[in-house]
Amino acid sequence: MNKTLIIILREYTTRVSKKSFILLTLLMPVLFAALIVVPIFLGKIEDDEQKKVVVVDRTGKYLPLFKTNEKYLYVPDSEVRADYKSDDTDVEAVVLITGNLANNPNAATIYGRKEIQTDLRSSVEEVLASQIRKEKLSAYDVPGLDDIIADVEKDFSVTTVKWSKDGGENFSSSDIAVAAGFLFTFLIYMFVMAYGGMVMQSVMEEKTNRIMEIMVSSVKPFQLMMGKIVGVALVGFTQIAIWGVLLLGIFTIVGQVLMPELGAEAVSSGAIAPMGVDSAAIAQASEGSQNEMWVALMNLPFLEMGIMFLLYFIGGYLLFASFFAAVGASVNSQEDSSQFTMPVIIFLIFGMYAAMGSAQNTDGPLAFWASMIPFTSPIVMMVRIPFTVPLWQELLSLAILYGTALSMVWVAAKIYRVGILMYGKKPTVREMMKWIRYK
Amino acid sequence: MNDIMLSAEHVSKRFARHTALDDVSIRVRRGCVFGLLGPNGAGKTTLIRIINRITAPDSGNVTFCGHPLAPDDVFNIGYLPEERGLYKKMKVGEQAIYLAQLKGLDRREAKRRLVEWFEKFGIMPWWDKKLEELSKGMQQKVQFVITVLHEPELLIFDEPFSGFDPVNAELLKREILELRDKGHTIIFSTHNMGSVEEICDDIALINRSKVVLEGAVAEVRDSHRTGTFEIVASAGRLQERPELYQILDQSRQRDLITYHIRKEQTVTVAQLATCVADDVELRSFAEKMPGMNEIFIQTVSRSNHE
Repeated sequence: MNKTLIIILREYTTRVSKKSFILLTLLMPVLFAALIVVPIFLGKIEDDEQKKVVVVDRTGKYLPLFKTNEKYLYVPDSEVRADYKSDDTDVEAVVLITGNLANNPNAATIYGRKEIQTDLRSSVEEVLASQIRKEKLSAYDVPGLDDIIADVEKDFSVTTVKWSKDGGENFSSSDIAVAAGFLFTFLIYMFVMAYGGMVMQSVMEEKTNRIMEIMVSSVKPFQLMMGKIVGVALVGFTQIAIWGVLLLGIFTIVGQVLMPELGAEAVSSGAIAPMGVDSAAIAQASEGSQNEMWVALMNLPFLEMGIMFLLYFIGGYLLFASFFAAVGASVNSQEDSSQFTMPVIIFLIFGMYAAMGSAQNTDGPLAFWASMIPFTSPIVMMVRIPFTVPLWQELLSLAILYGTALSMVWVAAKIYRVGILMYGKKPTVREMMKWIRYK
Repeated sequence: MNDIMLSAEHVSKRFARHTALDDVSIRVRRGCVFGLLGPNGAGKTTLIRIINRITAPDSGNVTFCGHPLAPDDVFNIGYLPEERGLYKKMKVGEQAIYLAQLKGLDRREAKRRLVEWFEKFGIMPWWDKKLEELSKGMQQKVQFVITVLHEPELLIFDEPFSGFDPVNAELLKREILELRDKGHTIIFSTHNMGSVEEICDDIALINRSKVVLEGAVAEVRDSHRTGTFEIVASAGRLQERPELYQILDQSRQRDLITYHIRKEQTVTVAQLATCVADDVELRSFAEKMPGMNEIFIQTVSRSNHE
C-alpha cells in the first residue's frame, strides 16, 4: 500500500476514535440547536404579554389613530391621573399629547414609571409621524392628494434579467448570488480555521513524541505532510457530515413535536445555512417579489457552483493547511505556534474584503486578479461564479491554486527536513543550500 | 570489497560549539556484529544518525553495499534510536503494525510477525494497551521488535541495553546473536563492555570525535595482552624469579593460594609453566586476558592525556 495512504489512514482513525472527538461531534449539534431554538422560544413567550398604555389626547385628533394590537392595549383618558404614578398601577406608560403636533413638534410626551421601551416609542412615533405628514401635505390644498400619495408610495424595483446562450431570458439576482458566494466563503473560512490548527499539531506530533528519527528513516517528509493534511481533512468532512445529519434530525424532531410552525422555519434556514447567512437572503427576498426571487434562485448555475465549490474548497483548504503544516514543521512547541495563525487570518480576511469588492463589479480588475492570486481565489471566485466566469479563467485560477498548494506542501516538507538537519548547528548559506537538496 | 556492508570514509561533522566527528572511518563487515564504543558525547550517535541519513556529514562519504549511501537505502536499515520514542497515545499493536506498514510490510504479514515476536518477548497481553501505560523496559521491547520486524539487511541499535534488567538484557543479547546468525549485519553502540566481549565481532572505539581503537575483538584483546597469569596452588610456595616473572600479588583463601604474576616478554609460556609447576602444586594456570572494560578505560584515558 502507498505510504501516504497508510499515513492518511492512521491520522484519520486515531483522531476519529478519540473520545474527545466523539463527544464533541455529538454535543455540538445539540448546543447549536439550543442556541437557535432557545432564543426563539423565549421571544415567543414574551410576545404573549399585552401592555396597557393610556392615551391622553387634549386635541382629540390623534386618539383614533392608536389601534390596540397584540402588544399594546391603548386606553383613552381625559387627564393624567395620580394613580398612574403609584406603585400598584397596571399601566405601562402614558402618552400625553398637549397640542397640535403639526405646529408644535414637542407637544407629545410619553411618561412611564419604568424606562420607556424603544419598541413603544417607535410605534407611537410612527403613528403620529404619518398623520402629521398627511396634515402638512393637506395644508397645501392640492386636489386629489390622497391618490397622488398612494401613487408615489407604490413599490419600485428594477428587475435584472440575464440573457442565456440561446437568447432566452433568465431572471437573475445579484443579491442571491452574493449571498451564496458569502455562504461558501464562510464555509471555507470555518473549515480552515477549525482544522488548520489540527494539521499544525499533527505535524508537531512526531517531534514531541520523539518518533521523528524513525519516521524520517521510513517515509519521505512530503508523504508525511500530505498524509497529515489529507487525513485531517477527512476528519473534518466526517465531523461536518455527522453534524449536518444530526442538526437536520434535531430540527425535524423539535419542529414536529414541540413547535410546529417554528420548527418548519428553523429547518429550512438551519439545514441550508446553519450560520444564518441564508436568512439575510430571505430577508432581502421578502422585500422584492417573492416569485421573481425564486425564479432567480432557480436560475443560478447550481451544478457549476457545486463542482467549483468542491474544487475551490479542497484547493483552499490544501493551501492554508499546507501553510499550517509549514508552521508546524518550523516550530517545536505549541506555545511558539499560536502567533502564526495570524497571517492566515489576515489572508482570509483580505480575501473576504476582496470578495465584497468583487461583488460590486464581478468582471473588474480587482475581481480578476483576486481570483487568480491563490490566497484569495477560493473566496473571490465563489462570489464571481454566479455571474458567469469564462472557463479559461476558472481553469487558470484552479491550476494556480493547486500548483501553489502543492508547492507549499513541498516547502513544508523541506522545512521539516532541513529543521532536522539543522539540529545543533548554525548553518551557513552554502550549507542551507546543500541541505535543501538533501533527500 | 564484497564483504563490506557499510563503510564510512573520513566523515566529519561540526556543531555550533564542538566537533562531533573528526575524520572518522569505519568498516562494517557483512554478517558481523560491529560494536561502536566510546564515552558519552564521543560522537557515536552522530555517526549513527549520519548512517541513517537523519543528518548529513559536513564532509566524507558513507558507502552502503558498495555504492554511495542513497535516500532509499534507509529502507534496508532498521534503526533503534537512542532517544526512544513512539506514539504515546496509540495502542501498542496498532502502532507496531502502522510502523511496519511504513517499512513496506503488508498488514497481514506485519501482524503475523508481530504476534510471533510479542509472544517471544512475553508482551502479548499489552497488545491493546496504550504505549504510555507500559513500563520503560516494556516500551523498549516494543521498540526493539518494531526495529527488527521488517528484517532489514542492516540493523543499528543505539544503546540497546539501556533501561533493561539483566534478565531482559540477556534475552536481547540472544536475539541479537540470533539475528546475526540469520545473516543480518548489526551495528550497535554501547557502554556495556560485557556484552561487547560476548557478541561483537569487530569494534571501533571513538573518543573525542576520533577513532582511537578499531579491529576484531579477539585481535584487540590479543594486542592488549600484558602477560599476566593467574595461578592457583594448593601447596608449596612460588619463588621469586625476577628474570622470568614478577609476582604482582598473592592471596590465600582456606588452603588455596592465588598468585598473579607478569612474565617477562622474552619468556615463553611453556618455560613459565614448567618453573611454576616445580614450585607449587598447581590447581590452575591461566593467562589473564584483558577485558574490554579495561581496554576501554585504558585507551580512553591514554587518548585523553595525549
